[in-house]
Amino acid sequence: MSDVEIKTLTMNFGPQHPAAHGVLRLVVEMDGEIVERCDPHIGLLHRGTEKLIEYKSYLQAVPYFDRLDYVSPMNQEHAYALAVEKLLGIQAPERGQYIRVLFSEITRILNHLLNVTTFAMDVGALTPPLWGFEQRELLMEYYEQVSGSRMHAAYFRPGGVHQDLPAGMLDSMEGWIKQFYPFLKDIEYLLNDNRIFRMRTVDIGVVSSQQALDWGFSGPLIRASGIPWDLRKSQPYDVYERMDFDIPVGKTGDCFARYLVRIEEMYQSVRIMEQCVAALRTVGGPVRVDDRKISPPRRGEMKDSMEALIHHFKLYTEGYKVPAGETYTAVEAPKGEFGVYLVSDGTNKPYRCKIRAPGFPHLQALDMMTKGHQLADMSANIGSLDIVFGEIDR
Amino acid sequence: MYADLIQFFTTNWLGQAIVILAQCLAVTVPLLVAVAYMTYVDRKVWASIQLRRGPNVVGPFGLLQPFADGLKLVLKETIVPSSANGILFIVAPMITFMTALVAWAVVPFDDGWVIADINVGILYLFAISSLGVYGIIIAGWASNSKYAFLGALRSAAQMVSYEVSIGFVLVTVMLCVGSLNLSDVVLAQSGWFWSWFWLPLLPMFVIFFVSALAETNRTPFDLPMSEAELVAGFHTEYSAMTFGLFFLGEYANMILLSAMGAVLFLGGWMSPVPYAPFTLVPGVVWFALKIAFLLFVFSWTKGTLPRYRYDQLMRLGWKVFLPVSLGWLVLTAAVLQFGGWVPKP
Repeated sequence: MSDVEIKTLTMNFGPQHPAAHGVLRLVVEMDGEIVERCDPHIGLLHRGTEKLIEYKSYLQAVPYFDRLDYVSPMNQEHAYALAVEKLLGIQAPERGQYIRVLFSEITRILNHLLNVTTFAMDVGALTPPLWGFEQRELLMEYYEQVSGSRMHAAYFRPGGVHQDLPAGMLDSMEGWIKQFYPFLKDIEYLLNDNRIFRMRTVDIGVVSSQQALDWGFSGPLIRASGIPWDLRKSQPYDVYERMDFDIPVGKTGDCFARYLVRIEEMYQSVRIMEQCVAALRTVGGPVRVDDRKISPPRRGEMKDSMEALIHHFKLYTEGYKVPAGETYTAVEAPKGEFGVYLVSDGTNKPYRCKIRAPGFPHLQALDMMTKGHQLADMSANIGSLDIVFGEIDR
Repeated sequence: MYADLIQFFTTNWLGQAIVILAQCLAVTVPLLVAVAYMTYVDRKVWASIQLRRGPNVVGPFGLLQPFADGLKLVLKETIVPSSANGILFIVAPMITFMTALVAWAVVPFDDGWVIADINVGILYLFAISSLGVYGIIIAGWASNSKYAFLGALRSAAQMVSYEVSIGFVLVTVMLCVGSLNLSDVVLAQSGWFWSWFWLPLLPMFVIFFVSALAETNRTPFDLPMSEAELVAGFHTEYSAMTFGLFFLGEYANMILLSAMGAVLFLGGWMSPVPYAPFTLVPGVVWFALKIAFLLFVFSWTKGTLPRYRYDQLMRLGWKVFLPVSLGWLVLTAAVLQFGGWVPKP
């Protein structure tokens, strides 16, 4: 008998594919239903964000960060705002910091709600996404109330936040927190002990803690692999060191552990929200730095102050100059470590802005995680990686 | 004159053809309306599970939605991919749709309300439902698309596997009835609702229902069209009415298997309480209610459960359901033999 060469089936998965989470394109080589190799092709959503930022003033660069990972906009603004503040040598006032932490956690819940529920959809459960979207809707209303926009908020600015919370928001947020606990319990009830859900997720895409380190994982993914690493604890920024919260750590590093870590992180985020709401009732003061060279004057002030008008004009045309220097500032975004490497040459525009998106190293591990699994497990893995192409392609 | 008419319809070949045609229409027209409204009910049930409203724009409570959908599908252009085998591509949805309708010939809607009261009704049903897989395989093959191909292969493997366990379920029921005629199956279950076969053959009823889910490619066994992997499975390349026929066929199959469940395990047209006023309700109403109940469970599972993986589904079919149904068949046969309950022909 002569040797028979078995050709693998090459399948093009995406970019127009319901489970591709945006514009992921995978070239998958399969032996029957077994995935031999999956090769992610990226770049379909490349918009040249980093280069565009070099031609914008520091304030004008803020909205680009909303559009990176469009599921967790404010955390990315946070990283950028912190980076610029570091170069400027300023710090946001206390109330501004509390508001930023509050909205960072709202954003984390927004992101995890989307991810956990669409992950359930990737393994076939159609109901969780629709339940989750109702809660997301309520949270995005808070976005809208503070910034006028439901997703691309441009609310965190270097030096604080754009404006103070509207009246009554803290009360309504307390109400939301109360009804969110039973909601999360419902989601857990629907999925955690569901036999089919466990069959589809337990021991799928196992990443050991060493592999997680080698592949540059961060965020829920590295924590699911057993490494308690969270920038909010290890390098606290803003008022995170005053917050009382726990870091959930998974043991197994499989899809189910990643799902559980995200669910538990939502509980912890709600705890942080509770503390922020309580603190914001007592902490008063401005929400952005009181330096007219950096934060614009109030509109009322401009009506009868020549200096305020000049400041306003200068800030919205030339912007502010940032002293020469460079910084790498990272925050714990919902998907992992989101870093901004910002180089200033002393002008009003960044010389270079390199963005470290957590999804990028996560996506490259897909091949390692999926090799030898079934095609259906690949969808589960993609879902549990929580990738968004806005940040990967930038 | 009157006698002439009777003579015409009973002996003349043309008269008999007209009668048969009328009988077919009397079954298929309500069936297709039921299919249309099944899509509506399905969407309403999912919607309430998912905290939505579901279709509510077209007509009062969205009741005209199925017709709007149907009209859209009819009016759209049928696109045949250039690399597809044109004839097979068009024939495949027809096969699926026709096999789903043909099976209704032997289903008894009420005492004596059956088009073909044949003695091998169960075998006929079994044979026809096995043929349905051809439409899917041909569709996957003729589309010349990898998604469709994989979907068709999955579907074929799945339907063949679960056909086996359904087969054993049917044999068990046959043993208890002593006949292959579906009307006899119903008559053997007369009495209170606990004397229907669902209780004495409870494990078989469960296996039957789960296999029916797999047989109709419904959640949690909707792998052939699992959108997370295969986009839409075997009908990825289909559009307009060719897709519509698959869709109608799928729902007609669901109703058919629910009807089978009602006939085999839930006493067909029998009322749950064998006394007036329950027995005054026409049997066809009870039959429809039982089908509706099973269909509701179909929708309910779809709203609740995730999807099995291919190998898990095969394992469930061959390593769990097959041994269990085989064992229960032997057990039933033994109990009937040694308990002296073998039905007299």
